[in-house]
Amino acid sequence: MPKNPNVHKVMVIGSGPIVIGQAAEFDYAGTQACRSLREEGVEVCLVNSNPATIMTDKEIADEVYIEPLTVDVLEKIIEKERPDSILPTLGGQAGLNLGMELEESGFLAAQGVRLLGTSSLTIKKAEDRLLFKETMEKIGEPVAASEVVENIEDGVAFAEKIGYPVVLRPAYTLGGSGGGIAHNVAELRRILENGLRLSRVGQVLVERSIAGWKEIEYEVMRDGAGNCITVCNMENIDPVGVHTGDSIVVAPSQTLSDKEYQMLRTAALNIISELEITGGCNVQFALHPTSFEYCVIEVNPRVSRSSALASKATGYPIAKVAAKIALGYTIDEIRNAITGKTFASFEPALDYCVVKFPRLPFDKFITAKRTLTTQMKATGEVMAISNNFEGGIMKAIRSLEQHVDCLSSYDFSGLSREDLFKRLTVVDDQRLWVIAEALRKGISAATIHEITMVDEWFIDKLAHLVRVEEKLRRIGRGGAELTRELLTEAKYAEFPDGVIARFTGLDEAAVRERRLAWGITAAYKIVDTCAAEFEAQTPYYYSVYGGPEEENEAAAERTDRKKVLVLGSGPIRIGQGIEFDYCSVHATWAFRRAGYETVIINNNPETVSTDFDIADKLYFEPLTPEDVQNIVDVEKPDYAVVQFGGQTAIKLTADLIRMGVPILGTDAKDVDAAEDREIFDEVLQKCGIRRAAGATVFTAEEAKSVANRLGYPVLVRPSYVLGGQGMQIALSDEEIEQFMAVINRYEQEHPILVDKYLQGTEAEVDAVCDGEDIVIPGIMEHIERSGVHSGDSISVYPAKSLSGRVREQIAEYTKRLARELDIIGLINVQFIAVGDEVYIIEANPRSSRTVPYISKVTGIPIVDLAADVMMGKKLRALGYTPGLQPESEYYAVKMPVFSTEKIRGAEISVGPEMKSTGECLGISRSFDEALYKAFLGAGVRLPRHRQMIVTVKDADKGEIIEIARRYERLGYIIYSTRRTADVLKENGIRARQVNRIGQESPTVMDLLLGHRIDLVIDTPTQGRDKNRDGFLIRRTAIETGVNCITSLDTAAALVSSLEHAAQTQEIGIVDAAKL
Amino acid sequence: MKAYLILEDGTVFPGKRIGADRDVISEIVFNTTMAGYPEILTDPSYAGQAVCMTYPLIGNYGVCLDDLESERPWPDALIVRELARVPSNFRSDLSLGKFMERYDLPGIEGVDTRKLTRLLREKGTMNGMITSREITDMEELLPRLRAYSCGRVVERVSCREKYVLPGSRTLADNGPISGSAAFDGESYRQPDEEGAVRHERKPSLVRELTGQRDGAPLRIALMDFGTKRNIAQCLAARGCDVTIYPALTPAEELLADRPDGIMLSNGPGDPKECVSIIREVRKLYDSGLPIFAICLGHQLMALATGADTYKLKYGHRGGNHPVKDLETGRVYISSQNHGYAVDTASLDPAVAVPAFSNVNDGTNEGLRYVRKSIFTVQFHPEACAGPQDTEFMFDRFFTMVKERANNA
Repeated sequence: MPKNPNVHKVMVIGSGPIVIGQAAEFDYAGTQACRSLREEGVEVCLVNSNPATIMTDKEIADEVYIEPLTVDVLEKIIEKERPDSILPTLGGQAGLNLGMELEESGFLAAQGVRLLGTSSLTIKKAEDRLLFKETMEKIGEPVAASEVVENIEDGVAFAEKIGYPVVLRPAYTLGGSGGGIAHNVAELRRILENGLRLSRVGQVLVERSIAGWKEIEYEVMRDGAGNCITVCNMENIDPVGVHTGDSIVVAPSQTLSDKEYQMLRTAALNIISELEITGGCNVQFALHPTSFEYCVIEVNPRVSRSSALASKATGYPIAKVAAKIALGYTIDEIRNAITGKTFASFEPALDYCVVKFPRLPFDKFITAKRTLTTQMKATGEVMAISNNFEGGIMKAIRSLEQHVDCLSSYDFSGLSREDLFKRLTVVDDQRLWVIAEALRKGISAATIHEITMVDEWFIDKLAHLVRVEEKLRRIGRGGAELTRELLTEAKYAEFPDGVIARFTGLDEAAVRERRLAWGITAAYKIVDTCAAEFEAQTPYYYSVYGGPEEENEAAAERTDRKKVLVLGSGPIRIGQGIEFDYCSVHATWAFRRAGYETVIINNNPETVSTDFDIADKLYFEPLTPEDVQNIVDVEKPDYAVVQFGGQTAIKLTADLIRMGVPILGTDAKDVDAAEDREIFDEVLQKCGIRRAAGATVFTAEEAKSVANRLGYPVLVRPSYVLGGQGMQIALSDEEIEQFMAVINRYEQEHPILVDKYLQGTEAEVDAVCDGEDIVIPGIMEHIERSGVHSGDSISVYPAKSLSGRVREQIAEYTKRLARELDIIGLINVQFIAVGDEVYIIEANPRSSRTVPYISKVTGIPIVDLAADVMMGKKLRALGYTPGLQPESEYYAVKMPVFSTEKIRGAEISVGPEMKSTGECLGISRSFDEALYKAFLGAGVRLPRHRQMIVTVKDADKGEIIEIARRYERLGYIIYSTRRTADVLKENGIRARQVNRIGQESPTVMDLLLGHRIDLVIDTPTQGRDKNRDGFLIRRTAIETGVNCITSLDTAAALVSSLEHAAQTQEIGIVDAAKL
Repeated sequence: MKAYLILEDGTVFPGKRIGADRDVISEIVFNTTMAGYPEILTDPSYAGQAVCMTYPLIGNYGVCLDDLESERPWPDALIVRELARVPSNFRSDLSLGKFMERYDLPGIEGVDTRKLTRLLREKGTMNGMITSREITDMEELLPRLRAYSCGRVVERVSCREKYVLPGSRTLADNGPISGSAAFDGESYRQPDEEGAVRHERKPSLVRELTGQRDGAPLRIALMDFGTKRNIAQCLAARGCDVTIYPALTPAEELLADRPDGIMLSNGPGDPKECVSIIREVRKLYDSGLPIFAICLGHQLMALATGADTYKLKYGHRGGNHPVKDLETGRVYISSQNHGYAVDTASLDPAVAVPAFSNVNDGTNEGLRYVRKSIFTVQFHPEACAGPQDTEFMFDRFFTMVKERANNA
């Protein structure tokens, strides 16, 4: 069927801020789909509150609304833009829910807007637990015995009937929020209560536990004519019980015979046919490990994290095809862009093994429980491609950038066999390493399987890795020679040279030398969707170590174009998010436009940068020196750029120089100058810029002596990190010891910085320098006072409270610094203004988290400019007047968004170490409205019950009075613990006193669990004792969906925004593409 | 043990010996199915060929003897990247390596199978040799490889005597319907009276006994040109009684048994070599009985009615081939295994018209015979290995058989 001629203008709903369970994969899918729609001549009107995305670029859509994703706002945009259709299946669960609400309310019908792709009835059938179950029963597809309950008593009764353990899944939530496994009635009550609260429709599914079964997924496509195919199937190494987002996943399935594979494939097709899905869909099955019994776990009638993974794993662009299907095409009319010969009605055949590994945030949340459950916790993931499973696993773990590179990286050798048996029952992020240790201690694969239910095939592969390790260690103990055969075996299984060196006691260079002499080098193969059956048009490579005869398909023919290597930013983690992918992609496009041949290396399947048609060539590889070296050896690039890929790329600078690859832009020694405390101090002195007094240290003793000299409070942080990893404000010697111990868990290559803590207003700039001139698009001011990480602060552009003098100083200092550091490209500088005095915090000669945001709100394409100046162009010649650019008429407020409710046991209070996972934007001519929209976009929908809890530390008791008064004026009833209540009452605020936890009822906890509280303002006392009341209050608040604010500045900002909302009815909307 | 794969163009792939230690010369073909190696190895259509699996990890789930498509493996050899050391699946009877040894099937692992596939794609199917000896005299060997041809494979793979497979009398005979294969922990893995361990019953797709008329089984004659077990099973599971005939059975003999319909099976080799069989197929065509043919059977019917076949450059072998029903426009993913195709240009439109085509390369995938109750397909609706999307073709066949009976 050809394209539907009635579709001219489509509204696409994005997924909003990045949170756990809804991450960069939707930027990838949305961007691909928007491009696919525009390719067909369709006008695209995009709505997404997330400014860090590529999809919100004016190059991607015709109209771009970076607006809060609420029904009201969407209705306004529809009324203004009058699209004829809306596509809600690209923005994850958030986008889908909104599309459904618009449809259900009758608004779309009234406006004459049609829902493209899958119909609302279908979505309901797939999403509503009861309807879904009925539909499955109708077509004879089994689901686990289950019942949807709307209250706790029904849940308890049903669980009694089917027996514990039971799985609980709230309807319409993302990443399994609020779900879990209950083993007894107490657990059931606790999880169920929370789940009912979090579900949009107040429903939770109580289900027979199928924990331990194999978890298998199919990605399926179906067009409007009913043609359907499966793109890929995937097998989770972790059996049912761990959220698929937290599981190690392999594609295609490895342990299924054709009988099982086809049984589930047929079931998947039957299901999407019955549901009449139009587009892409994900079907998850649980398969009994020793029988043909299976059940359908769930169906996602939209693109998803799994579909992004399947796209990257196979080369089949699911979102692109889904968009074409939505326009009316059938799959046999849509060409397979990889081969150019075949069509989308072709099932990819893989001739390699893909391993996906989750990137879990326990390095950020060291107090959190590491256990993996049905509640997703991963912030991101890596994917590795190899022609063998061992190779895939080894590549994946070193791609994580979590100090792991082999199965010995977490040391469990101290555990006895008995301890290991116990430890094996724990399902956490280190289970793979525990299994390896169990194998070393001689525990059989069968026993390990019995305990973990991980399939023996996978355990055998791990056993092979352990055997190779053991053979290498024997050389280290002087028992054997490193033979060609063993080295071939180790490299085939992707042991890095460094690991081989460690085990054998040889020098890494010697290992490399030896294998080069033996012809053991990486060869590159193409991901082509068809196992080489047809010729591929798009060079998308992965490496394998065969022998000297292994064919290398990447044998690079030289073109007359200059070749530039762009290093990506690896997995999404807190502190290094989607922003860096935005920068990498824009840089690549800029170089392509300028006629360069571009080569991207990255390992993140969720991102736009790893889409097959972004760069001229894509290498899906780990970002370690050895892996990059192998690519450099083949590609022989003329240049590399490292400024855009965050710390991942910057860290590779020295290695690239050693490989003889010139770095475009700022020189490596100048990058070092910005990071090295002492050299940087000299630079500052030369520039006449002040900074907080401080020194560098290595040990806790040194740190304490510096701190005592400076006087507490001090700021402690490692150098060369992003996102303030390990950064803390210390108030005492005791805390210094505690923080230093945390930082020194890993050997530090670089010294640790101890600075005097200054209290003031933080501001930051991103600037582009061409070696002579500098363009500063604007100054961003942080709402929270210094001490809160810039990534976790509310940020306002243009700066609102800074004096003219401070602004001038910031611009001037930035200019001086950029000149002194010989910046060619980007620089990000952070300042503190204390009164009219400006101090520098740090300078980063690279892209930053704020680059996409400031580019969008000022309309200045910073990454493009940076790429241009790296290629030798001058800012003046590009049409820019140097210096601080004129301020926009619009305020843009960037609001951090947190996912801490999903990480059990994590401290949520904001501080110097970054904790947010994403951000959203509010844009308006009025500051208060921009602020209100930003809060709205971050999911703060207040007021509801007009009741709040305020409990602040002593130092904040003076400042809280005015803030509390303002909330009271808005009609809020304020509950406080004794001391806060006393202060408020003394100042004429009718605070109601409640008891602290542990005292007699009613306590703060009772209030929270009464579910009538809108907001908690709780500023943490010093120290981070997990058992303090404050910690419990904060955790309970966010886990029950109550907004919790831990900084007075945020509290004040929120009340301003609520005051604004109370006065105005209308929200203005702004097309960011026209800014 | 070291081994080598040598192609007729002189390319040498080093590797390691698996299975039987025996030198072999054969035609080298590749298959892109990711799972399903036991079915592929026992598909008689591979007689005279050595199969290279493009998926690199083979043998992961061992071999379940219930899954075999005939009583023994037929390819001359198996070429893989990596043979699983330890298989893992609840139904695995033995490892693939052991299976190959037991049935004297030679093979090689450690081959850069992607390079081999690319070579076959570019140069077309080639002959090759798997050997454990290091070859020094290539000039002697290569002409020998080029000259190799297997010939008369259909007779080799067909059954010797006709036999009957009785159809299911009730749906329950087929085992559980797919999706409701509940696990019976009691009886599972308990040795039966003869000491054999019972496997879980495979789930069935069949939900209606279309192979019966008014509760009585239809009688279907299946010509075995190298049939896969599942063709007969797909028929029988639908309730008809199947009689399987050796490939050289004269048409008269088959017709004398008065079947309600005829099926022509898949099989190996060049269809044009089957000169005498083609003559018999012509008689079946003239008999007026409903006929459904698969793969080689499809080609033989075309040849018997005046059309031509040709050799494809490197064939279609895999479980992911899209075929389009030209009447409805629906696309199905099919299992395929063929090196020859019917030349659409040679069709007499008064005799047969294309019914299916391959979405990838436009080659013919099925024919509908004019004014005859005959349709034939190039792909494999019986799947095994591969997708089951076109199993409804068997129901379509029974509809045709019953319609004709009603009209008669």
